[in-house]
Amino acid sequence: MEKVKLYIDGKEIITSRGSTVLEAALSNGIYIPNLCHHPDLKPSGNCRMCIVEIEGRKGQVISCMTEVEEGMVVRTESQEISLVRQTTLELLHANHTQDCTNCHSNNTCKLQEVTAFVGVDEERLSRLRRSRPEIPVDDSNPFFTLDHNKCIMCGICIRTCDEVQGVNALDYGFRGFSTLVSTYNNQPIKESVCESCGECVVRCPVGALYVKESKVPTHEVKTVCAYCGVGCNIYLGIRGNKIVSARGDRESIVNKGRLCVKGRYGYSFVDHPDRLRTPLKKTNGSFEEISWDEAFDIISEKFLKSKNKFAALTSAKVTNEDNYVIQKFTRAVMGTNNIDHCARLCHAPTVSGLVQSFGSGAMTNSIDEFTGAKTIFSIGSNTTAAHPIIGLHIKEAKRRGAKIIVANPKEIDLCRFADIYMQHYPGTDVVLLMGMINVILEEGLQDSEFIKTRCEGYDELLSSIAGFDIDSVSEITGVPANTIRDAARLYAVNKPASLVYAMGITQHSHGTDNVLAVSNLALVTGNIGRESSGVNPLRGQNNVQGACDMGGLPNVYPGYQPVESKQAAAKFEKAWSARLSRENGLTHTEYFTEIEKGNIKALYQVGENPVLSEADANHVKKALDKLDFFVVQDIFLTQTAKYADIVLPACSFAEKDGTFTNTERRVQRVRKAVDPPGEAKDDWWITCEIAKRMGAAGFDYENVTDIVEEINSLTPSYAGITFDRIREEGIQWPCTVSDHKGTKFLHAEKFARSSGKGRLFPLLYKASVELPDEEYPLLLTTDRSLYHYHTSTMTGRVSGLKDIEETELLRINPADAQKMGLKKGDKVSVKSRRGIIKVMADIDHSCPEGVASLTFHFPDAPTNELTICALDPVSKIPETKVCAVRIETCNSE
Amino acid sequence: MSSIKIKLKKQDIDKIKEITASFNNEEHELINVLHKCQQHFGYLPAEVQEVISDEMDIPTAKIYGIVTFYSFFTMTPKGKNPISICMGTACYVRGGEKVLDEFKKELGIEAGQTTKDGKFSISSLRCVGACGLAPVVLIGEKTYGRVAPDDVKEILAEYK
Repeated sequence: MEKVKLYIDGKEIITSRGSTVLEAALSNGIYIPNLCHHPDLKPSGNCRMCIVEIEGRKGQVISCMTEVEEGMVVRTESQEISLVRQTTLELLHANHTQDCTNCHSNNTCKLQEVTAFVGVDEERLSRLRRSRPEIPVDDSNPFFTLDHNKCIMCGICIRTCDEVQGVNALDYGFRGFSTLVSTYNNQPIKESVCESCGECVVRCPVGALYVKESKVPTHEVKTVCAYCGVGCNIYLGIRGNKIVSARGDRESIVNKGRLCVKGRYGYSFVDHPDRLRTPLKKTNGSFEEISWDEAFDIISEKFLKSKNKFAALTSAKVTNEDNYVIQKFTRAVMGTNNIDHCARLCHAPTVSGLVQSFGSGAMTNSIDEFTGAKTIFSIGSNTTAAHPIIGLHIKEAKRRGAKIIVANPKEIDLCRFADIYMQHYPGTDVVLLMGMINVILEEGLQDSEFIKTRCEGYDELLSSIAGFDIDSVSEITGVPANTIRDAARLYAVNKPASLVYAMGITQHSHGTDNVLAVSNLALVTGNIGRESSGVNPLRGQNNVQGACDMGGLPNVYPGYQPVESKQAAAKFEKAWSARLSRENGLTHTEYFTEIEKGNIKALYQVGENPVLSEADANHVKKALDKLDFFVVQDIFLTQTAKYADIVLPACSFAEKDGTFTNTERRVQRVRKAVDPPGEAKDDWWITCEIAKRMGAAGFDYENVTDIVEEINSLTPSYAGITFDRIREEGIQWPCTVSDHKGTKFLHAEKFARSSGKGRLFPLLYKASVELPDEEYPLLLTTDRSLYHYHTSTMTGRVSGLKDIEETELLRINPADAQKMGLKKGDKVSVKSRRGIIKVMADIDHSCPEGVASLTFHFPDAPTNELTICALDPVSKIPETKVCAVRIETCNSE
Repeated sequence: MSSIKIKLKKQDIDKIKEITASFNNEEHELINVLHKCQQHFGYLPAEVQEVISDEMDIPTAKIYGIVTFYSFFTMTPKGKNPISICMGTACYVRGGEKVLDEFKKELGIEAGQTTKDGKFSISSLRCVGACGLAPVVLIGEKTYGRVAPDDVKEILAEYK
C-alpha cells in the first residue's frame, strides 16, 4: 500500500494512504480526544472532539473525516482547539447524568477519559446544566438496558447495528433537544427487530447501553463457544466458580470479536440448578442417587453381557478427545462398529455425497474467505439464524460489493441482502440446481478447461441434464424461469463464487442427490479449489465436524479410515491391542428399528436427545422402552435421559479441557473455566473408567494431552495438530506433520479422490416421500430460531432467551390462514400420519402458500413427532424437511 | 422480511408502491416519497412507513427517524377540519394562546391530537403572514381573523 509522510505536532509519521489523520495519530501514540470514533466503523464526524489544525486550511478540521496527505502539517493542540473542545464537551456534560460511581462504565468510560484530557469548567457547566426531564430507561431487553440519560449521541450503536450487524434496529429519532437513539416507532427494544447480539453494548463508549447482570470478573479464560459449528472464540469471565461475562476474542480469525445472542448471553445453563450432580439409577420408575462405584459396577456387568447387542451414540457436543475415547471403547472393548451420532441427522449426505464427488466431506473454504467472494449462493441454509457469525461474514461480503443469491423455500432474514431470491418448493433442490447447470451449459458459461482437466463423469452428467429444461424446472420449483437464468449466470460468471448450504439440502430422502447436485454445479463452473470459491456445508453443532473426524461413525476409524479396509483395521488393532470388527456398524436411524427387532439390547448414549431430535419421535420412544439396558451420559436430565436405567453426570464445555473442530475444519482449544457441579466428570474419564472395569487395557490416560497424542499418532489429517501448537490459534486439517501450517482451502491442485479428479454425477428428480394430499393438505418444513439451540436443553435454561422466545410458533402464510379462518395467536393442532402437537399460529409471509414451518426447539411441542422417518438410501438421513400435515383450530379447548 | 401488519387495504399498498416506483425506489428520494404519501393519506402511520421500508429497502428505524425529525410529517391523522392557530409573535401578543386554550377546552383534545369522531384536529403554527388580522385561525382553507376566545363556539358550530 502506498505510504504517505506527514507531521503531527512536529513528529514525522509514515502511514498508509487512505487512512485518516485521527488513525495516523492514534496508531503512532499521539492521543487526540474522540468519542464517536470506533475502529470497526466508518467515521461519522459527529462528536467534534477530534478537531485539529492543519497548515494551509482554515479553522479546525475534524481529524476522523480527513484523509492524510503527503507533507501535511497537523497540530493537535492550540488555545482555540482547547476552547472549542471544552465547550463541546461541556454541552455534552450538561445533558449527561452525573453519577459516575454508580455507573456500569465507571473507569472504562470514554467520556471520563476525554474529560480528564480536555477538562471542563465547573462554574460554566453548572450554568449550562438544564433540568431536562428524565427519559425513562428502556430495560425491555432481558440482557441489556438502554439509559438515554447517559447517551452522548455518538451514534456508535446505530452504526454498529447498521455496519456490523445489518439489522438497523436503531436510528436517531426526533429533533433538537428531544433527539434520542430510537427504535422504529420508539417501541421498547424487545419489541423491535433487535437481535440482542449485544454488539452495540460492547461498543457503547459510555454507560448508556449496559449489560444487566454484569459483574467484573476476577480473571478470564479463553475458550470456544458451545453452541453452533462456527466455533467463535470467547473469553469467559470468571468470579469465584461462576461465569459472569463472555466476550468475543477480537484476535480470532473466526469471529473477530463478534458474537451472537447465544454466544454472548447464553451461559447461565452452566450453573443451572438442574445440572446433573451424581450418577442416577432408575428403580421402580424413579431415579435415585448412587455412587460412581455402584454405577460403574452395574454398567460394566451389563455391558459385558451385551457385547453382541450393543450400540453407542457419541456426541457432537463433546470434545474430540471424548469422541475418540468413546469410539475406541465401542470398537476395541465392545467389539462393534455400532457407533454413530447426530451427524446422521444433519450432514450424513454431505459426508456420503461430497466424499463421492470431491473425496472429502467438509467445508472446502475458511469462514474468513467469504468476505473475498464476489458471489455467495446460499441454498437451504437459514444462515443468520443458525450460523449467525457466518451470516455476518456474508453481510460483510455484500457491503464489499459481493452479489448474494438465496434459494430457500422460506423467505429468511438473509433475503434482505439477496440480489436474487429463489423461493423454490421444498424438496425440489435437485431440479433447481440441475436446471441452473442446464442454463449454464446452454449459454456456454461452464468452465470447460476446469471440466477437462479436473473433472470426470461429464458425459454421464450430460446424459441426464436434458430432463431439466428450464420450463419444467420452473414449473416444478415454482421459481420463474428468468430468475433461475439470472442466478445461473451470476454464479457461473461473477467469480470467485462460494456456495453455502445446510439442512435444507441434506434433510431429504434424496439428501445425497441434493449434495451431488450442489457439487455438480460447483465443478461445472470451476467454482471450487480456489480461495473464496468452493462448497461449504455449514455444520450445526460446535463439534460435529470433530465427532465425524474422530470416527464417531459406523464405517470409519478416526480420520475417515474405512473399517472395511484391511490395512486400516490392522493399524488400529495393533495400536489398540484388540480384535476389531471388519463390518460397518448400524447407523443412528437404524438403531431404533433394530432395538425394536431385539437386535440391540444395550445402548450407551452421550450428550444427545433423540426423543426430540429424531424424525418420527414416537417410534424412538417405543424403541427405548424395549431396551434391556440404557445408559445416558449428559449434563441435564433430558427427555431422553428419562428413559435411561443409569444416568451419568458429565462436565459441560466450560468445565473441561480439550479441542473442538469447527465447521471450517479448525481444531481449537477448549479450556476449563469453572469446576463441575457435584460429582460431574469429564466424558472421556467416565468412558475410560467403564472400559477399565471391563478389564480393557489402553484406557489409562492421565489427562487430555495423552489422548491428543494418541489421536495425532493415528489420524493422518490431525497428525500435526498437537496440543501445544494450537494454544493461541486453531489449525485447519489436513495438517499432516508438526511443521505443516494447516489447510485454508481444499482441493487446490487435485481432489482428495483416488483419481485426483472431481466427479460429476447424472441425477434424476425424486419427489419427497410424503407430499400434501386431501387428508393432509399442507407441507410442513422445519427450521431454526436464532434464540434457541436444538432441543433447547441449554437455551431453555437461559431465562433471557426464554424471555425473548418462549414457545413454538407455527408459521403459516396469510392465504392459508384465511382459508382456515386462523388468526395470529390462535391455538392450533398440527397433525401428521405419525403424531399430533398443539402450538400457536403466527401468520406471516415467510412461508409460501401451501407450506408451514416449525422449529424443533420446544419440548412442549415436539415437532419431530410429526416428521417422517423416510431415509435417504445412501446416507440414512431422515426426511425432516418435508412431510404432510393437517391444521385445525382448537381455541375452544 | 415481510413484517407488514395487514391493516392497509390492497389499494392503499398499491398506491404506496406506485409512489415509491415513481421515484425509482431510490433511497435519496425518501423525503419526496414521504411527502407524496402524506399528501395521499393525510398522515404517515406506521403501516405506511413499513410498506415504504419494504419497497425501498430502507430500514424502518431510519424512516421513523426522518418522519419524527421534520415537523411537516405527522404520524397522527388530521381531522376532517384541521384547525391551525397561529402562535406567531403578533398573534401571540394579541391573545392567540387564549384562543388555542378555548379550542382545546371546547373539543377536549390537546394540540397535535384529533377528536374521536375524526372531525377536528388542533395544531399551532408560526405566522401565516396575516399579522394585520391577528390573532388568526385557519380551518382547512378558510381564514378567521381577530378571533377572540368567545368566538370559538360560533366558529365550531359552522362545522357541526
